[in-house]
Amino acid sequence: MSNYRIQGATGEWEVVIGLEVHAQITSNAKLFSGASTAFGSEPNTNVSLVDAAMPGMLPVPNAECVKQAVRTGLAIDAQIHRWSRFDRKNYFYADLPQGYQISQLYHPIVGEGSLTVETDEGEKVIGVERIHIEQDAGKLMHDQHPTMSYVDLNRCGVALMEIVSKPDMRSPAEAGAYMKKLRAILRYVGSCDGNMEQGSMRADVNVSVRKPGAEFGTRTETKNVNSVRFIQQVVEYEARRQVDVIEEGGTIVQETRLFDPDKGVTRSMRSKEDAHDYRYFPDPDLLPLVLTEDFVEECKASLPELPDAKRQRYVDALGITPYNADVITSDVETARWFEALLAAGAEAKAGANWLTSELFGALNRLGKDIGQSPVSPEQAAQLLGLVADGTLSGSLAKQVFEIMLETGDDPARIVEEKGLKQTSDTGAIEAAIAEILSANADKVDQYKDGKEALFGFFVGQTMKAMAGKANPKVVNELLKKALS
Amino acid sequence: MAGITDLGIASIRDGFRAGDFSAREVADAFNTAVAGAKALNAFIVETPDHAIAAAEQADRDRSEGTLKPLSGVPIGMKDLFATRGVQTTAASHILEGFKPEYESTVSARLWAAGAGMLGKLNMDQFAMGSSNETSAFGNVISPWRRNDGGNAPLAPGGSSGGSSSAIAARIVPGATGTDTGGSIRQPAAFTGISGIKPTYGRCSRWGIVAFASSLDQAGPMARDVKDCAILLEAMSGFDPKDSTSLDLPVPNWETGLSGDLRGKRIGIPKEYRVDGMPGEIDALWEKGIAWVKDAGAEVVEVSLPHTKYALPAYYIIAPAEASSNLARYDGVRYGLRELPEGAGLQDMYAATRAAGFGAEVKRRILIGTYVLSAGFYDAYYTQAQKVRTLIARDFDAAWELCDLLLTPTAPSAAFALGEKSADPLAMYLNDVFTVPSSLAGLPAMSVPAGLDGQGLPLGLQVIGKALDEQGVLNAGLAIEERAGFTARPEAWW
Repeated sequence: MSNYRIQGATGEWEVVIGLEVHAQITSNAKLFSGASTAFGSEPNTNVSLVDAAMPGMLPVPNAECVKQAVRTGLAIDAQIHRWSRFDRKNYFYADLPQGYQISQLYHPIVGEGSLTVETDEGEKVIGVERIHIEQDAGKLMHDQHPTMSYVDLNRCGVALMEIVSKPDMRSPAEAGAYMKKLRAILRYVGSCDGNMEQGSMRADVNVSVRKPGAEFGTRTETKNVNSVRFIQQVVEYEARRQVDVIEEGGTIVQETRLFDPDKGVTRSMRSKEDAHDYRYFPDPDLLPLVLTEDFVEECKASLPELPDAKRQRYVDALGITPYNADVITSDVETARWFEALLAAGAEAKAGANWLTSELFGALNRLGKDIGQSPVSPEQAAQLLGLVADGTLSGSLAKQVFEIMLETGDDPARIVEEKGLKQTSDTGAIEAAIAEILSANADKVDQYKDGKEALFGFFVGQTMKAMAGKANPKVVNELLKKALS
Repeated sequence: MAGITDLGIASIRDGFRAGDFSAREVADAFNTAVAGAKALNAFIVETPDHAIAAAEQADRDRSEGTLKPLSGVPIGMKDLFATRGVQTTAASHILEGFKPEYESTVSARLWAAGAGMLGKLNMDQFAMGSSNETSAFGNVISPWRRNDGGNAPLAPGGSSGGSSSAIAARIVPGATGTDTGGSIRQPAAFTGISGIKPTYGRCSRWGIVAFASSLDQAGPMARDVKDCAILLEAMSGFDPKDSTSLDLPVPNWETGLSGDLRGKRIGIPKEYRVDGMPGEIDALWEKGIAWVKDAGAEVVEVSLPHTKYALPAYYIIAPAEASSNLARYDGVRYGLRELPEGAGLQDMYAATRAAGFGAEVKRRILIGTYVLSAGFYDAYYTQAQKVRTLIARDFDAAWELCDLLLTPTAPSAAFALGEKSADPLAMYLNDVFTVPSSLAGLPAMSVPAGLDGQGLPLGLQVIGKALDEQGVLNAGLAIEERAGFTARPEAWW
């Protein structure tokens, strides 16, 4: 259970959260037409006769979109309904040429499932009520003309999954963790690119408050929230607002709200009384969607290893720390990069440590994500190989990596050209040690009198004399011998 | 000599192939007939150039030996079918001036088969009506007149009334129709011609302005059964652009035609003997029973117990679908736009739809909106869908006892224009015999079988099992062969 509580004048309150996530299905063509789904095209260039709802046009389901929804359902262990149906949601708006959105109200393609999130209080299972497929609407542009609005139908008819959670979340952090986990799974599955900035993923945030353990309160729904941070802000703001309203003697009305990211507040958009009667009914242009066992099996077989399984395997089979395993598996790109690193010959534990500290540190500094890394997994594996075989010390490896980031060169070449190779030449090291010991005879005496901390000083002096290239292990051994 | 316009589809096709006349002569003859029959108001748009271009191509094809199934044959196209570059309105004001950039699958198949287009045929607005009085372009008039010397203008039936009128008047040899609850069969019966609604899914709905998607089905109308078979073959076939299209090969119905009904059992549904049906229709039905027996069929009485619920269910389901299908006519992208001074989006919708839709269309949109509304949906729409299932089961049970059903097509002969337009319910009753097979998606056809006391045509309907168009056509042929229907309206137009 979450310990998140809102402090009110009448005591503590608990927040109850459910998310309806709209995720754009990754597909080349729209849900019911052959038009392209490419982002950023000129207005009204990706519009078919069907999308524009010309007279006599008919929808034909895109099998790829159906497949992606089924794969997503399988990835959250959900029921896959062998029989589902498309319904029409009727309302008039200029961004909706048909006058109805084709959706699935009564018989969604995916039923109950769940996913597990990490919270400060440990793992928590969040229920998913259903996933259904539906069409996106177009976009109105109000800034093109002084007195008229323009319509861009490029998005109109693009396939969306609506993933509806149960009201299982109890804190902003849980809502954020759910959204991140869901996004991770969708990206692993490849059913949605998870790009929240471009609107590929957005959430309607349902929030209510109650005294801990009491019945659910009346909820509000804040529409189209498009970042994890904003979702958390909406929950915080709405919970606080609702507690204040109730404690001041008011009541919460079931309503739709909008989030203002600039001010961090939500505002009422329309109340339940103004709600449309959508007159849902089965779309008579479409036959029920019937999935064969073969199709579902094919979807199952096409699923990649998912984040939870991968993390477990990294810990159990590769001996990676749970923290590192979590970091690496939290995004599919990172996991892919890491597996390429292993495939190129890197040792798992060293690779995981290096990736989560050195590479992530560098990418953070450079403001890049892992897909833009200047160093390839193959180059990184070479670098780690040079450390493992003693060619490079840890500090030399850091120097080489910095140069790799700048030049993109292979580590072996950098080592060669810059002469950064570590030396295990005992003769040279012994000569340097002899010189240092004779120049610091006083400290040698103090050491021998028991001031053992001075050992580090001799190591440092020796490394410095060797210009950092001496093999630290060899230096240690030879120093111990010389001082004994 | 009988003129070219006296010929039907098969005769034109065969005569053209035999070199009796050129396709251009055929096109010219019909273009002239169309131009001379404006009093019928059967056409919204005449397209003589389209017919001539197809004819010239047919003449070239004949000389090059590359004839197509319908080379040399001009037809009329109901205005519900989108025709590229040619105004397509569904007889509505809201689509007046709309010229699609695309061709409906059915019309495209007909052109690919070599047919030419004489024009776009008038109809009830958005195919909603049984008399052609709901057209925004004025009603079609039937070429038939009562023999009482009164010259009252009669309804050609609907919604495919332009098609029926034009065929009966011999200004087209055949035409397309569409049938949602009887819109091919009832006008065919009213005008003494033949028409078949095939199994739902035989003809692609792509490019046909939608009325009620789960019921709409295209089909041919022509002078006789053979002509219907020829046209239906050209119109049918799987279309991946229509999810409800049947992915099945198209049978060779013309070759399969036979009026020999030996071994067939024909059911007579007792529930189709409705109160108030004229005795003449009952008598004609008895004649039909005698004819099919004469053709070798065994006749059995069957029961379709839920028949009386079909009409109410139909008038819930069809308007429900229509209310949604017609939402796209909003003035935003094409067709009529009414933008009063200072109007916002909602005002534009209201003004456009108020001005663009006729009274019957508005009535059905309102009915459909009502039956789908929260609180009423289960009582109306859900209930009607259950009735639809029961109707289909009635037919399934009947097929245990028989192969085909024989019924009258309509409960009366053609009525006078204006006679029923004030009473929608009386008008809706016209569909009482045609609606059940529409709800069940079954093939059904009307063939002319006789004249009533006023000299007006009456039709008999044959209903078949799903996909058994051949059985329906054959029974129709057996009746046609025995009815000897040769009556035709005298040209007054």
